[in-house]
Amino acid sequence: MLSDEEQIVVQAVADWVDREVRPVVRDLEHAGTYPGKLIEQMKEMGIYGLAIPGPWGDAPVSMPCYALVTAELSRGWMSLAGAMGGHTVVAKLLLAFGTAEQQDRYLPKMATGETRATMALTEPGGGSDLQAMTTTARRDGDSYLVNGTKTWISNARRSGLIALLCKTDPDARPRHTGVSILLVEHGPGLTVSKDLPKLGYKGVESCELVFEDYRAPAGAVLGGAEGQGFAQMMKGLETGRIQVASRALGVAQAAFDDALRYATEREAFGVPIWKHQSIGNYLADSATKITAARQLILHAAERFDSGQRCDMEAGMAKLFASEIAMQVALDAVRVHGGYGYSTEYDVERYFRDAPLMIVGEGTNEIQRNVIAAQLVKRGGLDRT
Amino acid sequence: MNIVALIKQVPDTYSERKLRAEDGLLDRAASDSVIDEISERTVEAALQLTESHGGEVTVLCMGPGSAADAIRKALSMGADKAVHLSDDALAGSDAVQTAHALAQAIKTVDGVDLILAGNGASDGRVSAVPAMVADVLDLPALTHAREITVDGTSVTVRRETDRGAVVLTAGLPAVISVSEKINEPRYPSFKGIMAAKKKPVTQLTAADAGIEAGEAGLASALTTVTSVTPKPPKSAGEKVPDEGDGGSKIAAYLVAQRLI
Repeated sequence: MLSDEEQIVVQAVADWVDREVRPVVRDLEHAGTYPGKLIEQMKEMGIYGLAIPGPWGDAPVSMPCYALVTAELSRGWMSLAGAMGGHTVVAKLLLAFGTAEQQDRYLPKMATGETRATMALTEPGGGSDLQAMTTTARRDGDSYLVNGTKTWISNARRSGLIALLCKTDPDARPRHTGVSILLVEHGPGLTVSKDLPKLGYKGVESCELVFEDYRAPAGAVLGGAEGQGFAQMMKGLETGRIQVASRALGVAQAAFDDALRYATEREAFGVPIWKHQSIGNYLADSATKITAARQLILHAAERFDSGQRCDMEAGMAKLFASEIAMQVALDAVRVHGGYGYSTEYDVERYFRDAPLMIVGEGTNEIQRNVIAAQLVKRGGLDRT
Repeated sequence: MNIVALIKQVPDTYSERKLRAEDGLLDRAASDSVIDEISERTVEAALQLTESHGGEVTVLCMGPGSAADAIRKALSMGADKAVHLSDDALAGSDAVQTAHALAQAIKTVDGVDLILAGNGASDGRVSAVPAMVADVLDLPALTHAREITVDGTSVTVRRETDRGAVVLTAGLPAVISVSEKINEPRYPSFKGIMAAKKKPVTQLTAADAGIEAGEAGLASALTTVTSVTPKPPKSAGEKVPDEGDGGSKIAAYLVAQRLI
């Protein structure tokens, strides 16, 4: 399904990961170091412009190609895929809903990575129940006065553009009709907290954003009209969920690759350990799960490119890929035995990184709600 | 400033490399083929020169049809166009024949100021072709460069050897071979990858390049492979248990091997 060029793009990223990322990832990760050099190389390759077509960018790719590029980055280090995921969602939001002025202002610099973007949805008091958010933007003259707190904002300090989900009309009923996306830049009234401590997903910052009488110009509402934010973000999250599913795929692939290599090199009872049925079964099950996850992701990605609604497909891909990534990572620990628990090997990192994709970008419990609701709405599962 | 960058497709250093028992030639089916790393550095050096002095980079590759992948990689890095010299009659050419064939192909490119090559490919390791090309074309050869400076009509390179540094200067046009220390090659950008398909690649047969029958190919090669022996399997090595005296034991081993 990928064109020749797109296959070369994916291969180029895979080569880069093997040459530049894998040799340094363990030290960077354990020290919690921001991977500045790697991010700069990602910018030069065009990772930040993958979703941005002309006239603003020059090398956009299909969603399946984007998914596989994301998986390759994550195979090297999940945090690298995390450093470009929200950026792509914001790019897609601007392309789909932005005014011409908003597109011209942000997309050219986003395509090169000079401006990075992130999105701000979750609040300290609630993640899954987005409509209950308390961050407000009230019209005051020719600007908005923004107040509230957002949390778990990836790349918060280094993003020059924040797509802020907030209420421009807190009294609206139904509640979602009062929600807008504001395109926010750093300035007086916006404070970024220190980095939040995390189990994995190290190296790139996740922070709290506090808005206290922050002023955004009236033209900062995505698309120009208030009240569209919830529907816009639901579309954006289709990309976000395919992206997070692809991150899980990359982690699972890395864990499997390490387990397979170790099982062929390590001997016990006079044979390589893969020949012991219990170990062979882990490898067989892991590879089967990874293959299935990959197909689910590509299925959702193709449907995205067809222009059809794909929240259910993206949800399925995200749910399945993240759950199997955790299982594959745990099985890779088992295959490695004591070494799997050692921080001198990479598998312990996969085990710490995998849970992010289970709780991030909409918990898997929420994914199941989305899938069930769509199944009922669509009258069941399409068999064509 | 127009540069011809000579590139070569080689068996991947990280895969199993084999020679065919029957004729001693490379068994291309036995391993993945990739652009040689030194060729990537050659292209990078050429691109850096045209980026600061203007002009075009033409990559020239002699090799079978599959070498198109190596050419595409060079084009995706940013080279402007390519010449692919490919003919069954060239298979098995030795260094002298290859230098002659490359020189003929270089003549098909207009207005060449500089010819860049790697100082030796990772497969054959003859490492003589750049100097031979210069000889055939009657141009100065500046080999093993780790730094290149072009100043108007002359070029200066810095060569580093175990015995010290040598600075060489010659008038243009000239042939330069680059060492592994010349640069770190760039990764192709996605823009470059997308653009590579549209860049012109001229296909040349031996006849197109004016290479006569008998001037190239295994049958008329000056060197002959008389026999091929596969490398012996890795031996188990010697295990030294460390009982608190590991350091002394290693030293004793190295002394016994006359390494220290």
